[in-house]
Amino acid sequence: MSTPVIGVLALQGDVREHLVALAEADALARPVRRAEELAEVDALVIPGGESTTMSKLALLFGVMDPLRERVAAGMPVYGTCAGMIMLADKILGGRDDQETVGGIDMTVRRNAFGRQNESFESGIAFQGLDDAPVHGVFIRAPWVEGVGAGVEVLAELPAADGPESRIVAVRQGNLLATSFHPELTGDHRVHAYFVAMVEEHLAGK
Amino acid sequence: MSTTPTTADQPQIGTARVKRGMAEQLKGGVIMDVVNAEQAKIAEDAGAVAVMALERVPADIRKDGGVARMSDPNMIEEIIEAVSIPVMAKSRIGHFVEAQVLQSLGVDYIDESEVLTPADEVNHSDKWAFTTPFVCGATNLGEALRRIAEGAAMIRSKGEAGTGNVVEAVRHLRQIKNEIAKLRGFDNNELYAAAKELRAPYELVKEVAELGKLPVVLFSAGGVATPADAALMRQLGAEGVFVGSGIFKSGDPAKRAAAIVKATTFFDDPKIIADASRNLGEAMVGINCDTLPETERYANRGW
Repeated sequence: MSTPVIGVLALQGDVREHLVALAEADALARPVRRAEELAEVDALVIPGGESTTMSKLALLFGVMDPLRERVAAGMPVYGTCAGMIMLADKILGGRDDQETVGGIDMTVRRNAFGRQNESFESGIAFQGLDDAPVHGVFIRAPWVEGVGAGVEVLAELPAADGPESRIVAVRQGNLLATSFHPELTGDHRVHAYFVAMVEEHLAGK
Repeated sequence: MSTTPTTADQPQIGTARVKRGMAEQLKGGVIMDVVNAEQAKIAEDAGAVAVMALERVPADIRKDGGVARMSDPNMIEEIIEAVSIPVMAKSRIGHFVEAQVLQSLGVDYIDESEVLTPADEVNHSDKWAFTTPFVCGATNLGEALRRIAEGAAMIRSKGEAGTGNVVEAVRHLRQIKNEIAKLRGFDNNELYAAAKELRAPYELVKEVAELGKLPVVLFSAGGVATPADAALMRQLGAEGVFVGSGIFKSGDPAKRAAAIVKATTFFDDPKIIADASRNLGEAMVGINCDTLPETERYANRGW
């Protein structure tokens, strides 16, 4: 089987770190800013960044609709932080006019863990990566406030101030999303997990 | 140097990775100076990745003269309330109490800035002492590394703020890039002397020589006034741009702000930059830097 080509949406955000992480997970990684470039990749990563900026630029430069079409057609997509917000069907704490790509039946709250002073890193158990906890870097991070029946919860973090926990990683079909940034840690297991999803998808086509 | 723990099963705030990682999320974006909530909303609407809250933009600080200080906490809080994107604010160089105040207000980044009147002519603030990350200006690699040694989690070129003239920002960014390129060619024996020359810690000099870049995000600031200016700084290697007076001192701020955002993302596509540059109305007037007296050059502040 040929090596999957995975794009990183490069309108804004920590694109370079994702390109490095994907390459280390044995994918061919390349930046994607235009609809033509999107058409040439097997899968996409939506990086961390400012979701308002990303969403505006995606609309302005005609990437949003092609991206929605690809998602509807089953293209695997992995979103981190802002990317998680972009994959959410519903968002809270955003701007009223903020559009998302959607695709995952979940409600995501923007900046749910607080502002930068509350940003943190923490070990976190991730389903499917059972050998050791994943190291999560949470930066003005969102959390998932609710999920539909078809959504698999992959990681939860105990709440600082109560017994309930916060959902921070989910998967629905070919779509994967994390509140945190594995691309900032040098541990590329989450990216390898995504590359395996992409390979499985391409094999089944 | 780094405060990042090797095994952090318990949540840790304020680590180097969390501070530097925040700047990574701003890459490819534009950070805009704003003086009130209304301007902050215009900036957010235009696609800014963050806003810098300050009382007067640098062009007005230049015009008005006098001592420029940290902004009124009320004004900073109004801006924090008004937008969902990160909010930065400036403290004077070495004024660590202003920085403490800004941290307590919950700003997302502190700019220890030469645009304000320095409070200490020898020392900068110890930035490791804060949970809130800092960005600092630099004119060359040694200065950038001294700021990083003090705990800065992001560096920007100083340029010459409030002039609308990009020449100094170009000079500083080229200087930093050239000095990094030079380090790449050095062998281990030469790095000790290079550190002495740069007046920077050896460990950081060695790290830069290995990485071929700063260990933190590098933006450009000081004099960007047009979409082409922003794209120029990106092509020269800046990972994003700060725009100060250039937006709200121009004829049509909303349009110019959106145009600079587009040109920053598509910095290598002249057609898009051309389209973004059409009909923007008047740019800020601008000042020729070679007629600026040494005492009025903000870039000379910082040590």
